[in-house]
Amino acid sequence: MADLLWWIFAALAVSGAVAMVMARNPVASLLFLVVTLFSLAGIFVLLEAHFIAAIQVIVYAGAIMVLFLFVIMLLNLGEQYRPDLKAGIWLVAGGVASGTLGWLLASALGASGVVGTEPAPVDRDVVGAIADPLFRDYLVPFEVTSILLLAAAVGAVLLAKRRV
Amino acid sequence: MPIVEHSLILAAFLFVIGVAGVLVRRNAIIVFMCVELMLNAANLAFIAFSRTLGVDGQVFVFFVISVAAAEAAVGLAIIISIFRLRESVDLERFNILRW
Repeated sequence: MADLLWWIFAALAVSGAVAMVMARNPVASLLFLVVTLFSLAGIFVLLEAHFIAAIQVIVYAGAIMVLFLFVIMLLNLGEQYRPDLKAGIWLVAGGVASGTLGWLLASALGASGVVGTEPAPVDRDVVGAIADPLFRDYLVPFEVTSILLLAAAVGAVLLAKRRV
Repeated sequence: MPIVEHSLILAAFLFVIGVAGVLVRRNAIIVFMCVELMLNAANLAFIAFSRTLGVDGQVFVFFVISVAAAEAAVGLAIIISIFRLRESVDLERFNILRW
């Protein structure tokens, strides 16, 4: 059952990503990306990362994608149907570079050596298992992240303002 | 079925699709969405590794998601301000740093 679900989510994720790159309308492109993000959340659940799956749906598919959609509609980009691909040599270069990178990544990840080891035993509840290292070993990065978010919010307002 | 190995291969696929989108598209917002896709592929690899190597990978994914939120806000603000200057989000017209 879990295997079948994995294949369904993987097929949805890959086809959503391909459709995102191919779609001409930016709004359609964004909705295909949302499909990919939701199926990735499903795969996270199958990999027993339930908290990250919830964060993925709430923060990524919810907040960040709404921000993108808001900017697309603010800039009125929904009706551009002219060809959006780069010309000739860039298409060839993009294909060759992506193919090479894909071959490299697949072989490197396939040879990573963790495959086949036993899953780490989960002895706590889902949120507690994350919160324990997050607030003990990674407390300083956590606080730095909050400062980063504040700086990003201030910077975004400052950049998008017409006159400071 | 080795779900971890297959998830790593899926992460590689998604990352490559993102790279192809960045190289091929001209609309700055779609290029930006492809960058988000690449971040998500990296997240999938982290989660797959955390299945066998312990929960630290999920903490890293937490940080990646919050940094991605900050990056999206600042990047979209930059796109808005360049759109004001150029009336376009076509990357081939974003040559204001050239001489």
